[in-house]
Amino acid sequence: MEMKKSNLIGMDLAANRRDFLKGTIGAGLLLGGLAGAAHAQAAATPKKGGTLKLGIDGAATTDTLDPAKVIGSFAFLVARTIGDTLVTSDPATGKALPGIASSWESSNQSKDWVFKVRNDITFHNGKKLTAEDCAQTIRRHMKEESGSGARGMIASIETVEAKGEELHVRLSESNVDLPLVFTIHLLMIQPNGGMDNPAEGVGTGPYKLVSFEPGVRAVFEKNVNDWQDRGYVDSVEMIAMNDATARIAAISAGRVHFINAVSPKTVTLLKRAQNVTILNAPSRGHYTLPMLVDTAPFDNNDLRLALKYAIDREAMLQTTLGGFGTIGNDFPINATYPNFPSDIEQRAYDPDKAAFHFKKSGHDGPVVLRTSDGTFPGAVDAAILYQENAKKAGIQIEVKREPADGYWNNIWRKAPFCMSYYGSRLTQDLMYATEHLAGSPANETNFNRPDFDKLIKEARVVEDEAKRAELYRAAALMVRDEGGSIIPVFNNNINAATSALKGYTEDVGNDMSNGYVASRVWLEA
Amino acid sequence: MSAPGNDQIATSAGRSNNLLARLILRRILLGFGLLLAASMLVYGGVEMLPGDFAATYLGRDATPESVEHVRKELGLDRPMIQRYGEWLGGIVQGDFGTSWSNHNSVAEQLWKRLGNSMLLAVASAAIAVPLALGLGMIAVRYRNRFPDRAISILSLAAVSLPEFFIGYLLIQFFTVQLGVAAFPATVYDGMSLGERLSAIALPVLTLVVAVLAHMMRMTRSAILNVMSSPYVETAELKGLSALRIIAEHAAPNAVAPIVTVIALNLAALVVGVVVIEVVFVYPGIGQYMVDAVTVRDMPVVQACGLIFAAIYIVLNLLADIVSILANPRLRHPR
Repeated sequence: MEMKKSNLIGMDLAANRRDFLKGTIGAGLLLGGLAGAAHAQAAATPKKGGTLKLGIDGAATTDTLDPAKVIGSFAFLVARTIGDTLVTSDPATGKALPGIASSWESSNQSKDWVFKVRNDITFHNGKKLTAEDCAQTIRRHMKEESGSGARGMIASIETVEAKGEELHVRLSESNVDLPLVFTIHLLMIQPNGGMDNPAEGVGTGPYKLVSFEPGVRAVFEKNVNDWQDRGYVDSVEMIAMNDATARIAAISAGRVHFINAVSPKTVTLLKRAQNVTILNAPSRGHYTLPMLVDTAPFDNNDLRLALKYAIDREAMLQTTLGGFGTIGNDFPINATYPNFPSDIEQRAYDPDKAAFHFKKSGHDGPVVLRTSDGTFPGAVDAAILYQENAKKAGIQIEVKREPADGYWNNIWRKAPFCMSYYGSRLTQDLMYATEHLAGSPANETNFNRPDFDKLIKEARVVEDEAKRAELYRAAALMVRDEGGSIIPVFNNNINAATSALKGYTEDVGNDMSNGYVASRVWLEA
Repeated sequence: MSAPGNDQIATSAGRSNNLLARLILRRILLGFGLLLAASMLVYGGVEMLPGDFAATYLGRDATPESVEHVRKELGLDRPMIQRYGEWLGGIVQGDFGTSWSNHNSVAEQLWKRLGNSMLLAVASAAIAVPLALGLGMIAVRYRNRFPDRAISILSLAAVSLPEFFIGYLLIQFFTVQLGVAAFPATVYDGMSLGERLSAIALPVLTLVVAVLAHMMRMTRSAILNVMSSPYVETAELKGLSALRIIAEHAAPNAVAPIVTVIALNLAALVVGVVVIEVVFVYPGIGQYMVDAVTVRDMPVVQACGLIFAAIYIVLNLLADIVSILANPRLRHPR
């Protein structure tokens, strides 16, 4: 489950690899001007034909076509281009929409689910898709030996059964968000669930795989028998470009139509290039500074509050993200999530309050903060900046720079105060479950509050949206005021396209139009 | 009667051939010894790297049990000496093991990637070596005059710029501004040789610029060294043209140091192009190794390391052999 942190070695080629995508869902926001722009584009008449070229990072020679093992942006796009999931999500709201399953209903407090599987879909190999294929897919991801990144998210599934055109799923605990879980790219439906050959590269998606060289490129052609007639371009060429500068050069020269992962530092330069449009969308990814709440001196909430007030979020947003992001409020949810508690007061940089709580905590001497180049881009700079912020409150922070190699194994969750990040999650529930629920392997602050866990579990059963919003608001407040995490900023997803590329739609589901960029855009000559 | 003389010459030639063969054989054996030592270093070094594959692979989700499970699956619980022996035994038979992360054969990818890298290296060498020798000779011919100075300044400028920067400059100029050169330099199955060559034009140019200066400077100084020899004076007195003296009389006697530098640079073309491969998005062996290091895919890292060492050793061996053959004192020992 969850995203993986791998230990990255220097340079840009690695910096963006495996950053965001492993099993992480969500990102992007369709608000205000962006929504207008996307809408205006979508209103133009789509043009068919041409070859779409994409320059994508996060590719490796070790990539595989097995959807269970998708890591990195490149493999994510491949999965979305050739595959379909049971359920899809609305680009604007993130709500569940029919996919391979045309409808669904739940009973027994959202423990028993029945999905109606469409009967008019064929795989790229000509086989007809059945409910059994769907059941087998889920069964495969439930098995440990599949090594599936989705295993944790479907851990509550007890049984899956195909009955005619219906797929029956029984959960061990209530989960009203189950349909959203089935939108994950890892769970793309494969013939016989991929039990025979998981890396076959056969799906039901808008494009068929023509060739795939791991870490080099992938070529696709339009699936003329597509059940929804999606996709405008005839063929798609995805080129692995792990080097940030190579991507910039390729888009500036017009050799590709779209690149992902533009660094905030180069955006301003790229903006000057003619014929290049910057696609900048808020995401659910965020940077964190976790303190272990069960380890001295951070078992003292006053010290934690002091450190939360001692950080200049606005300055960090400008320096580490070049302004391409939004400031955080010490809980891991932002406005891209449904039921976002927007009325919670924004915590600001306040040296006086920080000094007050610091004094009250009774702590004396410096606080050690561990960080590394590999934590997130600009992490070390951010730590130094924070050190300066805190100085004004009379708090001495000692920044210890650790090697990027082994950071996630040796420092994270072991050192009492360090730096970290999270990618997006599908729902508030999954985000809190990952970051703050007792027993989660990624609970990086050792936050352990039965009353908090109760709130989160209660929200899984409640179908009334207003009631759920209320529960999530209480959870947010608890984490913000008593939790161990400083969450200063949410980072944006920044991509770029040439002016020939039209119809790009932002999607709150995830980066790169939730991975559907290839089938949602068209090319103007 | 000249028979005794002939005999003497024959014996002397036989002896020198014998000695030459022994010298070369010794170098080759030394090369093998070195390769074996390199294999130990590569294997041991990779083993000693901090952070293990299991923990990296499982990342944030690692639990002690799951790490142990993965380690067992990969046989990491067995002693290192035993694993090293099996690894070496496999390599002798051309089997480099299987990648830990995607369970594919390492050898298959390795040869393909090495082929790509070799294409880049051979194309660069085919341009850089003759160019360096020619420019070096011209520099000697017009020593301390305009052509020499121009060549010196340009080559020093080129050698002072980091390779990747040269690469970016060329991309900026030829691809972004002029739009004439291909980018990215991705090559893939099913591309014809012509398409491949056009795709690699820019990286080749970058590499030529990067390695040219070193070889050219060495050619120039090695030839200048022998220019003061009596036989060059004789050649001059015979009335031969300056370029002919350089090419026919001076250059052959300056071969040894030049060949050594060329070999080093050729090795650098294969082994040192990691950065260039990344900049130009070229699927060579360097990129393969970097990918593997990122995920701690040890069999791949070890195989690449060994291949790099082998290339280095073989090229140096060749340079040594050529130097031996080119040295009249070694060929005709007294």
